[in-house]
Amino acid sequence: MKFTLSWLKDHLATKLDLEGIREVMLKAGLEVEHVDNPADRLAAFSVAHVKAAEPHPDADRLRVCRVDTVDGEKQIVCGAPNARAGMTAIYAPLGTYIPGLDFALDKKPRKIRGIESQGMLCSTKELEAGEDHDGIADLDTPFAVGTPAAEALGLDDAAIDFEVTPNRADWLGVSGIARDLAAAGAGRFLHKDIRPVPGSHDCPVDIVIEAPEACAVFAGATIRGVKNGPSPEWMRQRLKAIGIQPRSLLVDVTNYLSHDRARPLHVYDAGKLDGAVCARLGKPGERLEAIDGKTYEIGPEMCVIADNSGAIGLGGVMGGQSTAVSEETTEVFIESAWFDPDRTARTGRDTGIVSDARYRFERGVDPKSCLDGLNLAMQLITRYGGGEASHTLMVGTPPQPRDKVAFRLADVERLTGLKVRPAQMKRMVRDLGFAIEDAGDAWYLTVPSWRFDIEQSADLVEEIARLVGYDELPVASLETPAEGRRAMLTPLQERVRVARRVMAARGFLEAVTWSFMAREHAALFSNGDDGADPALAIANPVASDLDQMRPSILANLATAIQKAADRGERGVRLFEAGPVYLGDGPRDQRRMVSALVRPAPARHWQPGTPAYDAFAAKADLLALLDALGQPEERFQIAAPRDTHWHPGQSASLKLGPKVTVAQFGALHPRVLKALDVEGPLYGFELNLNALPQMKARRLKTRRALDVSDLSPVRRDLAFLVDEDVPAGEILRLCRAAEKTLISRIQVFDVYQGEGIDPGKKSIAIEITLQPSGDTLKDKDIDAIMDKLITAVAKGTGGVLRS
Amino acid sequence: MSDIPTIESEALASIENAGDLAALDAVRVAELGKKGRVSGLMKTLGKMSPEERQEMGPKLNALKERVTAAIEARKAVLEDEALEAQVAAEKIDLTLPARPEPVGRLHPVMQVFEEIAAIFGDMGFAVAEGPDIEDDWHNFTALNFPEGHPARETHDTFFMAPDKEGAQKVLRTHTSPVQIRTMVEEAPPIRIIAPGRVYRNDWDATHTPMFHQVEGLVIEDGVHMGHLKGCLIDFVKAFFEIDEVEARFRPHFFPFTEPSAEMDVKCDRSGGQMKIGEGEDWMEILGCGMVHPNVLKNCGIDPDKHQGFAFGVGVDRLAMLKYGMPDLRPYFEADPAWTRHYGFRPWLTPSVSGGLS
Repeated sequence: MKFTLSWLKDHLATKLDLEGIREVMLKAGLEVEHVDNPADRLAAFSVAHVKAAEPHPDADRLRVCRVDTVDGEKQIVCGAPNARAGMTAIYAPLGTYIPGLDFALDKKPRKIRGIESQGMLCSTKELEAGEDHDGIADLDTPFAVGTPAAEALGLDDAAIDFEVTPNRADWLGVSGIARDLAAAGAGRFLHKDIRPVPGSHDCPVDIVIEAPEACAVFAGATIRGVKNGPSPEWMRQRLKAIGIQPRSLLVDVTNYLSHDRARPLHVYDAGKLDGAVCARLGKPGERLEAIDGKTYEIGPEMCVIADNSGAIGLGGVMGGQSTAVSEETTEVFIESAWFDPDRTARTGRDTGIVSDARYRFERGVDPKSCLDGLNLAMQLITRYGGGEASHTLMVGTPPQPRDKVAFRLADVERLTGLKVRPAQMKRMVRDLGFAIEDAGDAWYLTVPSWRFDIEQSADLVEEIARLVGYDELPVASLETPAEGRRAMLTPLQERVRVARRVMAARGFLEAVTWSFMAREHAALFSNGDDGADPALAIANPVASDLDQMRPSILANLATAIQKAADRGERGVRLFEAGPVYLGDGPRDQRRMVSALVRPAPARHWQPGTPAYDAFAAKADLLALLDALGQPEERFQIAAPRDTHWHPGQSASLKLGPKVTVAQFGALHPRVLKALDVEGPLYGFELNLNALPQMKARRLKTRRALDVSDLSPVRRDLAFLVDEDVPAGEILRLCRAAEKTLISRIQVFDVYQGEGIDPGKKSIAIEITLQPSGDTLKDKDIDAIMDKLITAVAKGTGGVLRS
Repeated sequence: MSDIPTIESEALASIENAGDLAALDAVRVAELGKKGRVSGLMKTLGKMSPEERQEMGPKLNALKERVTAAIEARKAVLEDEALEAQVAAEKIDLTLPARPEPVGRLHPVMQVFEEIAAIFGDMGFAVAEGPDIEDDWHNFTALNFPEGHPARETHDTFFMAPDKEGAQKVLRTHTSPVQIRTMVEEAPPIRIIAPGRVYRNDWDATHTPMFHQVEGLVIEDGVHMGHLKGCLIDFVKAFFEIDEVEARFRPHFFPFTEPSAEMDVKCDRSGGQMKIGEGEDWMEILGCGMVHPNVLKNCGIDPDKHQGFAFGVGVDRLAMLKYGMPDLRPYFEADPAWTRHYGFRPWLTPSVSGGLS
């Protein structure tokens, strides 16, 4: 919302200057976004008197002027044809930036055709203050030398732009702003009673309300014999200052009152109306060619203004082309109605029309302002366009005023800590337009018809607090909670923290990527042929390739790795600890830690530096799990669950047959191809939610360390097994066969080839036995080895390699 | 036996001349071996008369000891020389690069989340969370955004595809629904912060369709706007790690707070760098207010008995302000160069006692 200082002063008697007004606005919650003060822009320019203007000896079209300026007498060479002795002109000293020409004068005098020029005489166009171009500004009033140009040109009116919060419809009119600023201490609100315009005849246009739920009140009147010429200069100036192009008197008056009183109006060319004007709901198939030149489909829930010809306007949103006023209009019908805010908002959304009327009606227009607004419009139109006004006509009843609001005075201190005297509060509340019924501890307040944001005591607390000023609020620190400090993180949050640090410490860069992705890519990670989950589709995506909530983080990491590779990065390791979505319910979100690496070719002077592979991914995953207090032995390794993993080069970590905690290994080449990403890529995804809860232990002491004095015993065994027997199975069988003495099993060799039958492989393991009570004798060790060999033979059919 | 001194001087000379351990050993064998010269002399003792033996015995023994000692001494020297030579031969070029270790870094936004949590944790706040995909009630209605209210439109909401009944969930436009979830589930007193991802359908130089917020909520008897002000000033000082900050609270409108405020801090934008806490400009950093009575009611809390405050702060912008990232957009591009430059080392755990950054 924009207004000018002089406009505000129509409604506010104040001693404050621009800065003072800004401060009060800030205090009262009117957040100033921009101030355009021509006086600042034109500060360098001032009035000068031209004492003499002689022709330039060497140039026919130039004149050499002697000018009385704020800097003393100056010689100025001027090319304007209207430069003459005795004129009152606008002077720019050397070095001044000329906004209309977008350049600055030289700081030193310049010779023009051999004669020194010590400044410039300007046109209003060069000041961006007007349109004259037949020469320099030639002021009618003989202002004193040195008068600021802005003042001489009548441009000393600053335009203030501020943010209107959605609760304050009344700030959409300058008078409403003035009332608020007066209550905040900026001055006195100038309330003027609006005198009804005496009509000379009955309004010839009938008004009918068929849909009171959409249009509760409709006031109207006509003026005949009106001349729709340009509006008065002061009105044009004000409209221009707030960015509205003046058009004609009738249109300008509606725009003016819309901003002056937050009272939208519409003017119809009465000569083009066909019968009564009716406010009703839209009919099937109806359309409107609106005054913006576009045609709109009208829905059955929209409020339509119609005459016998059909729709001639969308109530509270925009008028129609067929009855619009023009220069030829001689009889005008003025509409001043009240349209339902929600319905107006829906119509605005459905049609996409943005208008000053919609903006006001959807926030709420004072329902009691219909007649006042109509009379104001009639006054302005008859004053500047002549004509003969009809009687006013009003149909319908304004919506019921709301119940009185109980304001408990003690709430002010309870909610804000402010101590305000009741007398001061009473003054403020009255200034805002409330009527007070004083019942001691509580006041019963009649809410003014222009306020839609006051429902209960807390709303009044805000009024008092902002008018006193938030600067006055006490500053108090929170007390330590009575129950003392608790752990502030949930176990899951703590896991996220640990996981992020482990991954970064292991050489991964942390990514934060979009929660949404392309639907067809999401389908690749949705584990089946059904495509991406329709419940996770975004109806209005910000971009067509960000239209589905992600079922996995890996796609984002893969494409980021490819993008980095395209820029020449090698061996990028990324991870993200973030959400994935299994459904749209509140419990369907999972916290994943996903990591992905493109192995870089090992280029190091020491040979044998291993490149990142599926086992490196496994190592990272297990290290992460260990840091999270989840030992490897807790999990089973099985085939990957999801189809985006390489079926032969990846696996899942499970807790029992149902719960998949993590998957790791190589991404499926088909997925990489569909993502247009070069492979191979190795990594993992770990579902932090699936990890078992660590029980919080009240006792923090640890079990005593139990170290045996006896040396561990190591034995090697090599088994010949079928080649599809997983090594992990052999280890599992051995551990199961001897549960107490085995402290460690290592696979130290896997061999296929010469000496081994095709279809078989040899797996060699080192078993470490840790005796606890007695030393192990050879026969004890042999017995254990036999147990292991039997178990492996039974479980896998493997035999000891001789 | 006049040749003892001769033998000794010859033996010592050959010991001294032995160039390596093998040569020295040859000398040892030649002098002290079974058939060695000194050993030969020692054998003659047996055939001597007691008088002769008494005279020659000590002399010969002394000769043997001196030769033996000379050999040991020479051996030590030669061994030392051999080790020197071996070590000299074992030289490696340690200017060669070590095996490369990948460099890991933490994302600044996540780090700033932790900094904020550390500060509020010190003030006794717990961390709460809620889902990104929310229903209309939690994201809007319960927060006192009536249906059709213009304030809803300012949120540029992302809607999910309609379900069978035509209802559409939304991507939460703020972290405020976590307030609702917390108040519905827990009875006062409540002191939480809720960090998380939020979404708005807006994408330009200063907006991204996904960003991060931290919500704060305190519901406690006797807590008023003065506490809100104090708590947030304490936060800003701690977060920007400055001793004093000039802050300003302005009235504003949020449907879910009453009274509502925005907080500005003094800043200095001169010289292309943003300094918080000094200078002449004001910078808006967060929105806050007393929890609206309708919101309390919607969560089953009696607004006449309980009260409290809430605030919401944009984390991405706070990170920009503190660490000088010039642009919001690279936050979400997972660009290794950006992350290496602006990211944090994994060992930096923010804490109030140990310093945030």
